[in-house]
Amino acid sequence: MSDLRELYQDVILEHSKAPRNYRELPQANRRAEGYNPLCGDHFTLYVDLEGDRVRDISFQGSGCAISKASASMLTQMVKGKTRAEAQKLFDKFLQLVKGEGNGNQAELGKLAVFSGVCEFPVRVKCATLVWHTLQAALEGKQEAVSTE
Amino acid sequence: MTTVANRLPTEFRPPDVRTGFDVEKVRRDFPILAQRVRGKKLVYLDNAATSQKPQVVIDAISRYYEEGNANIHRGVHYLSEHATEEHEAARKTVQNFVNASNAHEIIFVRGATEGINLVTQTYGRANVNAGDEVLITAMEHHSNIVPWQILCEEKGARLRVAPINDRGELLLDEFEKLLNPRTRIVAVTHVSNALGTVNPIPQIVQIAHQQNIPVLVDGAQAVPHTKVDVQALGVDFYVFSGHKVYAPTGIGVLYGKSALLEAMPPYQGGGDMIRSVSFEKTTYNKLPYKFEAGTPHVAGAIGLGTAIEYLTGLGIDNVANYEHEVLEYATQAITQIPGIRLIGTAARKAGVLSFTLEGIHPHDIGTILDQEGIAIRTGHHCAQPVMQRFGVPATARASFALYNTKEEADALVNGIQKVREVFA
Repeated sequence: MSDLRELYQDVILEHSKAPRNYRELPQANRRAEGYNPLCGDHFTLYVDLEGDRVRDISFQGSGCAISKASASMLTQMVKGKTRAEAQKLFDKFLQLVKGEGNGNQAELGKLAVFSGVCEFPVRVKCATLVWHTLQAALEGKQEAVSTE
Repeated sequence: MTTVANRLPTEFRPPDVRTGFDVEKVRRDFPILAQRVRGKKLVYLDNAATSQKPQVVIDAISRYYEEGNANIHRGVHYLSEHATEEHEAARKTVQNFVNASNAHEIIFVRGATEGINLVTQTYGRANVNAGDEVLITAMEHHSNIVPWQILCEEKGARLRVAPINDRGELLLDEFEKLLNPRTRIVAVTHVSNALGTVNPIPQIVQIAHQQNIPVLVDGAQAVPHTKVDVQALGVDFYVFSGHKVYAPTGIGVLYGKSALLEAMPPYQGGGDMIRSVSFEKTTYNKLPYKFEAGTPHVAGAIGLGTAIEYLTGLGIDNVANYEHEVLEYATQAITQIPGIRLIGTAARKAGVLSFTLEGIHPHDIGTILDQEGIAIRTGHHCAQPVMQRFGVPATARASFALYNTKEEADALVNGIQKVREVFA
């Protein structure tokens, strides 16, 4: 049960039940779709990009607790950041969920609650789906993103 | 409106005679079941994906490689002759198992998927033309959708889909209405892998044959759970996979009526499927070899034959009866859990319990059950149109085999309670 509690931390469960920034963003100038059909995870990410900076960001869709909480917290963390800053955060996040990091979670802030994911390799794709979707949105890619 | 519920297929009714099916003894035949996973007793409920293998099957495969390995149908030496005999004996075993009229009506393929592709690429390409139609149902596995889509796209034909009701039962009247003079073939599953629904094959065949339309049946999920008699069912083609019926992966069966198989062009070209070859003209081998190009999966066929002997030794009716009891028990137990929604509540079901839990995604259910040693499948089960029909992105699916017990059904229920606790 301890590994499970590590994975399903209260913060993650709370975000999955009451996701933040869960809405369409009418003024969004970037949007991208993340879809893992095997799992049934399907999200749309809306980004209002002003120059190089994410002025506002939101999402909609459905998925497992991990993918949804990840999306919710991504929107909180990325808002106001530049593309380069968002990319750096993504790199750190990937290291965390794959268990490859140096253990320094300071830069990740509250995303550190996803540290339990590395014990569940098949769930890495859930945690990272929306991050890959963000990358696609920032790069202006059209086709849906998948991590399966 | 006529549904499956009031036109019950007879072949799935549990036999009246209660027999002493000794599940604990059966479990000892499957070495993998004794292990612990994640510190817990393994509860394997992913049998619709693949079944575990009894020791006799594992031994038969080992023995073939240790003592009998040779290429078949071509050697003059002892080992080749012996391997050929074993391979053909397995074909005979399959023939008896499904009650085919002839052994040459049994074509060995890699699995149900290849069996369907064989039919679409040979019978289909020869008989389906522009403006023609192929009729399937809304509960098909992707393997009984996509090969037909490929065919229809190539030929400019139309794929029609017979609808199902909210219980997951085929609407037989709607099915009948969709048949017309342009319909060239009907392809339908015997048992739905995502819903567990048992289709009324004899009625489907009867309706289609009234208009001289042949019927292919995907039996991948039926063969482990019920007696299949291709002549009694009246089917023209029947496919199944070995690995779902206690045999190894990579071996499966296409049954086809002789007359149809004879008239069909070959599938793959190569060795074994020819009688004589010159650069000007090749003549094809007789059935079943015409459809078996290349060195076949000899060990797989021997494993399949052994698995079928094992199953028939237990008595397929005893197995069906026992499994029915466990599925009923599990269904009753699981529906007591608050927030459970069963996906697939047909009057006749076999093997499958597909469900969702309110507010909790199936993938999370799967992860938490896995920590309890319980193996289920989550996702779309290669039946995305079924998920769309029921308005869910995915389901959790527990699927049962002859070695599963009521205690394991209890473990599943307790595991789901644990899921609810985590998400409370």
